[in-house]
Amino acid sequence: MNTIIEVHNLTVVYGRKPALWNVDFELPEKQVIGIMGPNGSGKSTLLKAIMGVVEPTGGFTKVYDTNLDAVRHRVSYVPQRQDIDWDFPASVWDIVSMGRFQKRGLFKKLTTADKDIISESLEKVNMLGFAKRQISQLSGGQQQRVFLARAIAQQGDLFLMDEPFAGVDIATEEMIISLIKEMKAAGKTLVIVHHDLHTAQSYFDHLVLLNTRLVACGPTKTVFTDQILTDTYGGKLTTIAKISQELENKEFPIRHK
Amino acid sequence: MQFWKYIIQFFSSENYTLFVVSAGSGVLCLAAGVVGTFTYLRKRALIGDVISHSVLPGIAIAFMLTGVKNPVYFLLGAIVSGLISIWIVDYVQAKSKLKPDTILALTLSVFFGVGVVLLTKIQHSGNAAQSGLDSFLFGKAASMSLLDVKIFSIIAIVNVVCVLLFLRGFSLISFDENYAKGIGFNIRFIKAFLALLTVVTVAVGVQVVGVVLMAALLITPAAGARFLTNSIRRMLLYSASFGFVSGFLGVFISYSGPGMPTGPWIVIVLSAFALMAILFGKQRGLFARMRVRQNNYIKINNENILKDIYKIGNQGTQTITIKELTEKEKYPSLLLNSTLKRLEKMDYLDLVRGMVILSDKGRLAAREVIRKHRLWEIYLSKYFQLEADHLHDDAEGIEHVITPEIELHLIKLLERPEIDPHQSEIPY
Repeated sequence: MNTIIEVHNLTVVYGRKPALWNVDFELPEKQVIGIMGPNGSGKSTLLKAIMGVVEPTGGFTKVYDTNLDAVRHRVSYVPQRQDIDWDFPASVWDIVSMGRFQKRGLFKKLTTADKDIISESLEKVNMLGFAKRQISQLSGGQQQRVFLARAIAQQGDLFLMDEPFAGVDIATEEMIISLIKEMKAAGKTLVIVHHDLHTAQSYFDHLVLLNTRLVACGPTKTVFTDQILTDTYGGKLTTIAKISQELENKEFPIRHK
Repeated sequence: MQFWKYIIQFFSSENYTLFVVSAGSGVLCLAAGVVGTFTYLRKRALIGDVISHSVLPGIAIAFMLTGVKNPVYFLLGAIVSGLISIWIVDYVQAKSKLKPDTILALTLSVFFGVGVVLLTKIQHSGNAAQSGLDSFLFGKAASMSLLDVKIFSIIAIVNVVCVLLFLRGFSLISFDENYAKGIGFNIRFIKAFLALLTVVTVAVGVQVVGVVLMAALLITPAAGARFLTNSIRRMLLYSASFGFVSGFLGVFISYSGPGMPTGPWIVIVLSAFALMAILFGKQRGLFARMRVRQNNYIKINNENILKDIYKIGNQGTQTITIKELTEKEKYPSLLLNSTLKRLEKMDYLDLVRGMVILSDKGRLAAREVIRKHRLWEIYLSKYFQLEADHLHDDAEGIEHVITPEIELHLIKLLERPEIDPHQSEIPY
């Protein structure tokens, strides 16, 4: 299997506190991959680092075996819905249009072809009827669909989604998961930050288990074991949290090569 | 009439200067409204205040270095010290644990303090050219020369054009900065450019309204415009119009009487516009929301009374009198009568000589309310630990809130139940 994402010795530090610490793994393409771990374990930070949204303190990430900038048009990013103030003067259509900005840049006008792509993307998430709706009037599930449509409109092969199932209704969750399966069948790769352990096995082919450091990475069958889950979520690794607190409070440096 | 004479006089050729100054002030305020829309949308209202106070030392230093009152030097000084203030805010925010509001307040007061100290020093320096420098505190548009006005207007217009050109980038970083970064936009440049435009706007604007009131010029038009529309383009348009009209009228009014200050008048007119928008905005305005609440109140009364008529009249099969209704349920007579009349107009019932005759439509509506009430009771008792005698009050309120979609959802969820927790039948 080809490697689509390579994360090499990645460290990201906020202030003094490591959010990710010497994380190192590779992900296969054309799979549905879950990134899981307890709160504050660096899941979102990992996606942001891969997308170049946060600067790594150490290490690097590669996508399609190259620098992200060279292949950015193939990568669609779905940020966390809760990070955004939805009381913004924009319609559903406006938001999904952003999916075409990657292609058109800062200044070029959107073409008819772009508009067709936007409509199709909205159709795919069952939101075409809401195109003119003001985004602050949407439910959480609808907001998530809009973000998904925006990512689809980008027409990438690799999707990085930050908690797409957080705070959405059952209908939306089912819709998203069937869309994900459909995308996988079409040869796309999906990397999804996820919270719910119950659904992990049925949703993902491959898992990355994080707790600031990498606990495990591999096919769900081999990685989703009681032992590894206890290592990820259980008490043992709070040692990492204690060390992080020390680094933060006493302003120790975190060393890396 | 005095007023018309004044208007005519204003537009006559002798007042060419005043006309130009009014128009110039309008253009400056327009630019502030446009740039300020993004300050508002990015929730940086206080940054506007910081920048405007921070240009003061720059202006003072520009005068101390050159010894002349040249608006171009002032502008340069103002821009430099404004940019330094933003840089300090960002730097301290990234490197320290201080909270943003603390950083903003500190930066603002330090720069303003230094500015006032320098101005005072200049005033006592004996340099005759310094007189009038203190007008930067509260602004003094009417004393601007024609040349000043022309220079400032051109800068303001260039500013507006830049904002419109960068509309896509500016909107994107205001809504979702991470996404903008993710698709590879150079957001450091976009943010820096927006900051530069903001600083230039402020540097020009303080010459009209002064340091203290400048933040109002940035934020007030946008805050008002937000109440009028949900589209960013319209918001920019409204914000620009508010700015222009206020800037123009402010100078106009201040000219009408001796000792009338310009800056404060601009801000007062602007605030009046914003207040109107907040009150009368079509969707978000205060009155619009009051109307929504009023409609809810009407709906609740309609539905309650229909339901009672249906129940008292033995499932809507018997005709009842208004008297029976008042005996059973203690409605204030004014409310009851007006609601009954309204229901009659809506064809839910007919009123004949004190009797209430429910129509088919009325019967269906009453059944709908009762159905929603009982569905909600079932839902509560099934999913939550509630005693049977606690269900009714809750459902009394929620029966009016349930929309047809939610009702369908409930029916599906509860698998189309036949009886409620009190053993009453659900009327489908």
